[in-house]
Amino acid sequence: MQIYLPIAEISVNIFLILGLGGGVGFLSGLFGVGGGFLITPLLIFYGIPPAVSVATAANQIVASSVSGVFAHWKRGNVDLKMGLVLLAGGILGSTVGVWVFAWLRSLGQIDLVISLCYVIFLGIIGGMMLFEATRAIFRTRRRGGLVRRTKKHQHSFIHGLPFKMRFYRSGLYISALLPLAVGFFVGMLTALMGVGGGFVMVPAMIYLLGMPTGVVIGTSLFQIIFVTANVTFLQSVQTQTVDVALAILLLIGGVIGAQFGAQFGARLKAEHLRALLGLLVLSVCLKLLFDLVITPGDLYSVMPGDL
Amino acid sequence: MTVSSRVFLTVILTGLLTILSMGTVVKKAVADPLVVDLSNHLVAITTGFTGTKVLLFGAVEDEGDVIVTVRGPDQDMVVRKKERKVGIWVNSESARYKNIPAYYASASNRPMDIIAPPEVLLDYRIGLHNQRFVAESYLTDADKKVYREALVRNMQNAGLFGERPAKISFLSNQLFRTDIHFPANTPTGTYTINVYLMRDGGVASVKTTPLVVSKTGVSAEVYAFAHRYSALYGIIAVIIAVVAGWIASVAFRKG
Repeated sequence: MQIYLPIAEISVNIFLILGLGGGVGFLSGLFGVGGGFLITPLLIFYGIPPAVSVATAANQIVASSVSGVFAHWKRGNVDLKMGLVLLAGGILGSTVGVWVFAWLRSLGQIDLVISLCYVIFLGIIGGMMLFEATRAIFRTRRRGGLVRRTKKHQHSFIHGLPFKMRFYRSGLYISALLPLAVGFFVGMLTALMGVGGGFVMVPAMIYLLGMPTGVVIGTSLFQIIFVTANVTFLQSVQTQTVDVALAILLLIGGVIGAQFGAQFGARLKAEHLRALLGLLVLSVCLKLLFDLVITPGDLYSVMPGDL
Repeated sequence: MTVSSRVFLTVILTGLLTILSMGTVVKKAVADPLVVDLSNHLVAITTGFTGTKVLLFGAVEDEGDVIVTVRGPDQDMVVRKKERKVGIWVNSESARYKNIPAYYASASNRPMDIIAPPEVLLDYRIGLHNQRFVAESYLTDADKKVYREALVRNMQNAGLFGERPAKISFLSNQLFRTDIHFPANTPTGTYTINVYLMRDGGVASVKTTPLVVSKTGVSAEVYAFAHRYSALYGIIAVIIAVVAGWIASVAFRKG
């Protein structure tokens, strides 16, 4: 059954889009990730214009983050103060990002930048995940499940920065500039890539800010809601590329898929899950890289609009 | 009434009748050499739109060839060329074109080059190769050709430019018909359909009829809303997502 998407201005197979949302939802439930980094490239592979894919994915991530944050909020796993500082940076970053997005679009380079961002980030994250998970798998086999712990208070240049702030829930006393910068950077990625940015935010919170793992997911989900909401709003105003019909289809599929994913994920070992996710991330990265490197069928492309 | 007045009236009436009958004779002599209509003057893009075809039919009074051209609304186009830089393909040079039809198709009952000499077709801008696509950007003559070909090729691949003229079939010596195909990605706007009656290598008559392609129903309203009240649209999009996320978390809560 075909449905005509009002903003993307093409007709798509309704079951295919539901399935796509469901598949990514399944994976996000399985691995505990947002899935924005998968949904945007898949929409582009399907033929949805990249600009619409990015803006609509941001809209869909609002929904998946809201549904995820409640459980964490109840358990007190949200560092509100840290979330708000990250959010301030995120709002700034995503606003700049939407502006950069419109500028790159007028230059005709937006597709390239989206692809390059994906190749770089998916390559780094996927590679690291796979490497770390494989090591963990072999270590558990050898030594029976010892996990390496990083020291909580390592002193570096980070602790010399001004505007120090106390974050009670995370037990941190660090410069507010640091979470602001992290938020800003991830906010820009949200605007440019249509991702929640959890896959950058979570490692940054653990390794750069030194937050305890318990509050990391909840806090990142909390701030992702507002940053993606900001991107949805700004893209609607500036580029009119948010397709509500597409977003609704994706989130119906996504919500259902996530439930099955979570149940299935409970039966797998954590490091096996991470290794699988790493492989998946790397394969999307390679596909995008491949498309950039192989000689295109037509060297010329035609787009309506201004130069 | 006197005899003279009766004669006078008769003369007047006869004269009037003569003039009237002459009028009808004259009218018959200039009867339309070409009559054309469409099965539908509005192509409605609804939620389930996957492309459609419109039947064009008509009649010619005497024998002749018929050519049909369909031209979509004009729009600006940018043609970009990819170049390999540090191993990856990057958009580099580009050319901007003004007033490019968003759709172009033609049809004829016989090959066009048999119907009329190329000068005539060029004069009337009949056929894809006779469309004037002028680049606003500076291009060398060699580039002009390459970019024009790229523009046409891409539009043909998108199904928006007809690859070759479609067939017009004559049902008798006078009645003809042809189908105009509109793909799923048909741009909206007002289309101009020209029907040429060709005789002895020249244009004997032309009929122009408009065709409107527009979105209707829910998708049209959503599109119009997104563009007219974009801020409100953005807020609604966020609210829908928040509510959907909240419902999901309640519906699937465990324990």
